[in-house]
Amino acid sequence: MHTRREMMARSATVASLLAVAGYLPTAAQAAWPQAAFEAKTMADAVKALGGSAPVESKDVTITGPDIAENGAVVPVGVATALPGVKRLLLLVEKNPNVLAAVFDVTDSVEANVSTRTKMGQSSNVYAVAMMADGKVLFAGKEIKVTLGGCGG
Amino acid sequence: MADPMRIRAQAAGDKTTVRVLMSHEMETGQRKDSAGKLIPAWFIQQVTAAHNGKTVLTAEWGPSISKNPFLQFVVKGAKAGDKITLSWVDNKGDKRSDEATVT
Repeated sequence: MHTRREMMARSATVASLLAVAGYLPTAAQAAWPQAAFEAKTMADAVKALGGSAPVESKDVTITGPDIAENGAVVPVGVATALPGVKRLLLLVEKNPNVLAAVFDVTDSVEANVSTRTKMGQSSNVYAVAMMADGKVLFAGKEIKVTLGGCGG
Repeated sequence: MADPMRIRAQAAGDKTTVRVLMSHEMETGQRKDSAGKLIPAWFIQQVTAAHNGKTVLTAEWGPSISKNPFLQFVVKGAKAGDKITLSWVDNKGDKRSDEATVT
């Protein structure tokens, strides 16, 4: 009897082995930060994008449900009121690869984006703001999932 | 070629809220088919949004974004009649670009 967690860990291992062996499609364009998307922790993902160690901050907000009925579609929003944001990151702690999305923000848009993500199981979700002055701020929120969104 | 995106851009004051619904499988590369083989990953990697031809937002996505992805953002200074263009590229090199007018 394998738990879901073990199965997911195993398929992640297989996926990374395949990636090393070159079986998975490689990045279609150079701009896609592959190392960041393969990171297993928030610190690694931020580092792969050239940021310093993330610091928790009240000025970054993450919006989402407390309980998501369907882990395949979890609406989450990342926002900050601080000026000088370069990048917003969205991470799901217990997914096989933590990084879900990177948004490169310009001055013409507000640092406030929403999307929908998949979650394999109940987990902390993090919003990270990488500032122009090199600071990296984050906020977290726990979202409980009653039906996982990975595997099938 | 994938199905068109559904884009809605609504101006309120000097801000325009843009909502986009893309049509894409967003396969994670973690699932297995009925024969136990891994289904290869197939997902949107990069999304670009432009306001009257000027890029205002780019996003890099991983496979953990939901199927038929949704994206919402706010463009400052866009007014009714302006053009909002969205385009994406997936990891197989497929592309799609659609345009909407701010209302």
